[in-house]
Amino acid sequence: MSEVIRIENLRKEFGDVIGVADVSLSIERGEYVTLLGPSGCGKSTLLRMIGGFEAPTSGTIWLDGEDVTDLPPNQRAVNMVFQDYALFPHMTVGQNVGYGLRVSGVPRAQIRARVAETLSLVGLTDKADASPAELSGGQRQRVALARAIVRRPKVLLLDEPLSALDANLREQMQVELRNLHDRVGLTFVMVTHDQSEALVMSDRVVVMRDGRVSQSGDPVSLYDAPANSYVADFIGATNLFSSPVKVSGGKILVSCFGQELEIDHPAVGDAPVGNAPAGERLFGFRPEKARLIRSNGSVPGGNCLKGRVETVLYHGATIRSVVVVGDGRILVDTLLDDTFDPARHVGAGDEVFLDIEPHKIMPFSRDGAS
Amino acid sequence: MRLATRSRLSSGGVLSLPLVWTFLFLFVPYGILFIYSFWEKKFPTFVPAFQFGNYLELIVDPQYVRVLLRTIKIAGLVSLLSLLLAYPYAYFLVHKVTRPGVRLVLYMAVVLPLWVSYLLRAYTWKTILGTQGVLNSFLVSTGILSEPSSVFLYNQTAMVVTLTYVFIPFMVMPIYAALEKIPRNLTEASRDLGMSALQTFVRVTLPLSMPGVIAGFTMTFCLSFGDFIAPFLVGGPDGMMIANVIATQFGAALNWPLGSALALVMLVIVLTIITLSDRLQGVGKGKYA
Repeated sequence: MSEVIRIENLRKEFGDVIGVADVSLSIERGEYVTLLGPSGCGKSTLLRMIGGFEAPTSGTIWLDGEDVTDLPPNQRAVNMVFQDYALFPHMTVGQNVGYGLRVSGVPRAQIRARVAETLSLVGLTDKADASPAELSGGQRQRVALARAIVRRPKVLLLDEPLSALDANLREQMQVELRNLHDRVGLTFVMVTHDQSEALVMSDRVVVMRDGRVSQSGDPVSLYDAPANSYVADFIGATNLFSSPVKVSGGKILVSCFGQELEIDHPAVGDAPVGNAPAGERLFGFRPEKARLIRSNGSVPGGNCLKGRVETVLYHGATIRSVVVVGDGRILVDTLLDDTFDPARHVGAGDEVFLDIEPHKIMPFSRDGAS
Repeated sequence: MRLATRSRLSSGGVLSLPLVWTFLFLFVPYGILFIYSFWEKKFPTFVPAFQFGNYLELIVDPQYVRVLLRTIKIAGLVSLLSLLLAYPYAYFLVHKVTRPGVRLVLYMAVVLPLWVSYLLRAYTWKTILGTQGVLNSFLVSTGILSEPSSVFLYNQTAMVVTLTYVFIPFMVMPIYAALEKIPRNLTEASRDLGMSALQTFVRVTLPLSMPGVIAGFTMTFCLSFGDFIAPFLVGGPDGMMIANVIATQFGAALNWPLGSALALVMLVIVLTIITLSDRLQGVGKGKYA
């Protein structure tokens, strides 16, 4: 694979506010990259700078080896799918899709052919003469897609493309969009604030925070090995706690809301020993990594916390239990598979033990920004 | 059932006053004009009759047709000039002025003159264009003219200038509203799809702002078409418009039947224009769905 976009130290300031703070990023040809983060993290600004709608304060954008930093949008071989589609209301669906071809001096017959081909690609062949106002939200989304890919851009930019759709349609479009990407073989760069959307659709997720890249990686590594507590908390849920690290009897011990837990992680092998607050670090584990055991008076073996169930939330495929441990609350997800026995499961008010394997506890740096 | 009856009664009550008002002060006068238009001129006044002589005279006597054509020409020129001035201004306000405060001030600069009496605003141009006026003093003091000229005032150009000044807010307002309503991402999408700024204007912004242009054109045209003051103040001998002729028929000429016929012809023309404008606007309805 070769690099299609290279972004070097890109920065955008809006007055005193820093939208994007010196981001460097490289995107491979054919990759599906998602820029993920909460609103205000700079992901949309970054996308709009690639599209040419915002001028960077400093830094460079290379598109296929060419410096496009100062080029207007119409001179960049990238196309954008806008958040609310931005279809031209005074044109038919076919005219919308063909709009971008009219400028390049493509002969009429060829424009018609390519419009028809692209509309069939998104399954809207019979809507060519319809007005955008007659279409449903999902259909408009497809027209916007067709209009953007008909020019065969080097990179397709998608600005929260599915946010205007309702939940069911959104899930369906996630799959369709991913399939379309695989079929047309274009490079997709998508902005979203929806972490599950990012995980489902992308080859690579770039998690952003305060205008910076917090972590960039494939969905599995982001989930299994978040680089910091911010990513851990933003992607999926994580039980976070702060604790000093202490070594005793060859075991590394931390304190989770007042109770001792053993951890086993290469990164904390050389952790500072002792109870000095300066040595405190953040630790966390995923809710589905812990196991709940109903207390029958005796303390079970293993690496356990003792707590009391506060609430049990039914999620369909899983059950989430909120367990009060000391002055903290810990989430535990239990998979509702065939071995699950509702009669034996914990309920609100039950005293429970919470079993977690030492190597499933992840250490993070204190500030969470690393 | 009873509730429905009561609500129908109360809504009738709310509407009755405006309905009575409209009937008394709109339909009744038009009815009177309509009846008068069939009456007959009999020196020294006029008598009841039912004949089409007044309408026939409007067609046969070329002076009425001439005034009508002149009125249409002047109203058309006023609308065109207003459009040429108002569109760039509204575009500038919507797209180039980024600070809302500045935009408001510039918008109010156009709307504010509407709060000043129409007569005063028209009269202002007499003091600008007259032989003792601002324009002449300027041209003489700069040496462009050796003595004040009388060519600026009392002609059709003076009327067009005055009427344009007076009615241009009615062009700026709807165009501004139409331009502001166009989602910004449509122009971005057009640029993104390879169009230059000019192509984007021609293919996206202009077509989508047409409802505003049509509304503005209709308003300035109809208002200028029926204007009576500007011809009177700055028009001069060849500046008479149809409203002045009607006024004369009801005044000095004492021929109410002919005046009524002329007024009704004018009403039909204006209603036709408004209907056409409505149709044109209807074409672009329901766009931003």
